[in-house]
Amino acid sequence: MKFIDEYRQGDIAQKLAKQIAHLTDRPLKIMEVCGGHTHTIFKYGIEDLLSENITMIHGPGCPVCVIPLGRVDDAISIAEQPGVIFTTFGDAMRVPGSKTSLLDAKASGADVRMVYSPLDALKIAQKNPDKQVVWLALGFETTAPSTAMTILQAAKEGVENFSAFCNHIMIVPALKALLDSPDLQLDGFLGPGHVSTVIGTRPYEFVPREYGKPVAVAGFEPLDILQSIYMIVKQVVEGRAEVENQYARCISRDGNRKALEVLFEVFEPRDYFEWRGLGSIAHSGMKLQKKYAAFDAELKFNVPGLRIADPKACQCGEILKGVKRPWECKVFGTACTPETPIGSCMVSSEGACAAYYNFGRLSKIAERSTSNGESKSAPMSVVV
Amino acid sequence: MTSDFSPSPLFARVERARRRKHKFSDEQITLAHGSGGRAMHELIEGLFLEYLRNPLLEALEDQAVFEIANGSGASRLAFTTDSYVVTPVFFPGGDIGRLAVCGTVNDLCVSGARPVYLSAGFILEEGFPVADLRRILASMRDAAEEAGVQVVTGDTKVVQRGSADRIFINTSGIGVIESDIQLSAARAQVGDKVIVSGLVGDHGTTIMIARGELELETEIESDTAPLGTLVREMIEEAGSKSSLDAIHCLRDPTRGGVATTLNEIAMSSEVCIEILEDLIPVREEVKGACEILGLDPLYVANEGKLVAIVAADVAESIVARMKQNIYGQDACIIGEVKREPQGIVSMRTNFGGTRIVDMLVGEQLPRIC
Repeated sequence: MKFIDEYRQGDIAQKLAKQIAHLTDRPLKIMEVCGGHTHTIFKYGIEDLLSENITMIHGPGCPVCVIPLGRVDDAISIAEQPGVIFTTFGDAMRVPGSKTSLLDAKASGADVRMVYSPLDALKIAQKNPDKQVVWLALGFETTAPSTAMTILQAAKEGVENFSAFCNHIMIVPALKALLDSPDLQLDGFLGPGHVSTVIGTRPYEFVPREYGKPVAVAGFEPLDILQSIYMIVKQVVEGRAEVENQYARCISRDGNRKALEVLFEVFEPRDYFEWRGLGSIAHSGMKLQKKYAAFDAELKFNVPGLRIADPKACQCGEILKGVKRPWECKVFGTACTPETPIGSCMVSSEGACAAYYNFGRLSKIAERSTSNGESKSAPMSVVV
Repeated sequence: MTSDFSPSPLFARVERARRRKHKFSDEQITLAHGSGGRAMHELIEGLFLEYLRNPLLEALEDQAVFEIANGSGASRLAFTTDSYVVTPVFFPGGDIGRLAVCGTVNDLCVSGARPVYLSAGFILEEGFPVADLRRILASMRDAAEEAGVQVVTGDTKVVQRGSADRIFINTSGIGVIESDIQLSAARAQVGDKVIVSGLVGDHGTTIMIARGELELETEIESDTAPLGTLVREMIEEAGSKSSLDAIHCLRDPTRGGVATTLNEIAMSSEVCIEILEDLIPVREEVKGACEILGLDPLYVANEGKLVAIVAADVAESIVARMKQNIYGQDACIIGEVKREPQGIVSMRTNFGGTRIVDMLVGEQLPRIC
């Protein structure tokens, strides 16, 4: 396929991997922030190409993975109210709440529909004026502009039966929280690609400035990722720390001005928002501004709004912070599988656990790598 | 790479969990139970088999094969059934009628049988236009003629508006196996070659686009077709070059696509199936559409393709013969059967890595057949 195959060439990958290995044999830990990158890394076995001194740490950039249990329960409770059509992206359907998932709620009679865009949800609202149509707004700055556009359109066309249950989150506060976390020693970041098409690369400039860590904003094809790793390692070796843009074919320093305008028009930061595994992070969530309150499902419906602790066996938190790697979780692949996920990292194809389970099990990476240099092998106990 | 496979402790731990027989503990049916992936397997093995178990059903092939004694000896028959709920009812390259004939015919063909008779049961929603029904029946007639079968019995039910979506069709079929051929998902042997009969992923992609939700425009058409002549020619070729025994398994990779079919074979035969990404034939448009939708063509349904596991020494000549058939023009070898790791389908990627091609978990494309 044109414009795709070029970025998936194995011989170039081998050469790039060799060049990375030539740069240094120092142990380096690089976090890919974005779940899309995690998916690519496992799908193409990129870690198997890298020399042993380089460890990829899988970050919290999978929006489905970081949604806390309590918010899933809230979504289900809205979906179960009579007269509601609840619309969502497909991959949120199977995320387990504390008791059930949206897929279960649908089977029990709730009208839950999978859509490809919030604009489709708005169309459903226009076709069903006697129903309340709720959009499960989920994702980083990548998907937030489409929610914002939809709200603006709903307001313009006076669609009163449409609202959004807003769980949009922002990447920069999460990055800050990670950088401030004492148990995390990272040497550099692969900056998220899709988010950056909206926000640009400028918002990451505090990372080298304040924390002295290099950033390379990366595309999603395997060669994009290898090249970005090369850029980071090169910065480390040369004693530089700056934001480099590997994904210049899609991203500029200032981002997409139009999308940002729409975002600022519709949303404002929440004081706090809870992230699964990372806890509450200040100013990391978005909510609808007062002037769009009529479209805010949190105000329209009574939601339980409870904070619910993760299941004890689940180590999603450690995995999202990169403290543990997927196979170091005791329930990985035994009690927690893509069919019966306990933790959210096993649900979305962008979750580190699901990506490793689906693609990586033949890889030898689990044997050679360690997290923070502690255990040398995966724990063998099976908890079921 | 699999020749020197040594399982890591982690791999072994996960495999043990994968093989464990799952008790079916779900309390209600969700769409995942109909997706052709693992949830459906658990439903079938954990529930249907528990209540209805018998040696024929237990084999979990796409059809039951049995002998019926007659005056002088016995006839080997193949028997199968399938229900069709595809939406939209009409799509580029076919409609629910053509699908209902071809799908059942193909499930018979892949046992080595010559399909003979079909039944057809219709569930019609109140208000369904008769003009549409005529169109569907005409295409059933044409497909039956092409496949050499007759619809000899049927049933009709009409349900209240809202109790069904337009039209559902069930067809059952009977075929006669006229040779001694033994085909089974459990017969793949180390060293065998894996053949697909043509471009994969056309049907599922067509249906997805035909729903119009994506506003994509392509010229992809469903591949819905009866495969009787193709199978007959393959069997003839095997018989003339070595023996009928050289063809070990045939399957039509419908729901869940080639990936799911290969997983079923790898599990039943306790072998590893290794495929090579750059050998798998996929139309550029299908690749593009799947890339946009985040799907993998390997998991997308086909309705006019088959997967064959055949002895290595006849693989080339079988492929050459398949290429002469209109429904086998793009046939090719995509991989081979290895010993280890058992029950696994692995793929060597163009990128130079090896990855697992697992069973589908959730719903990828609802109501494609």
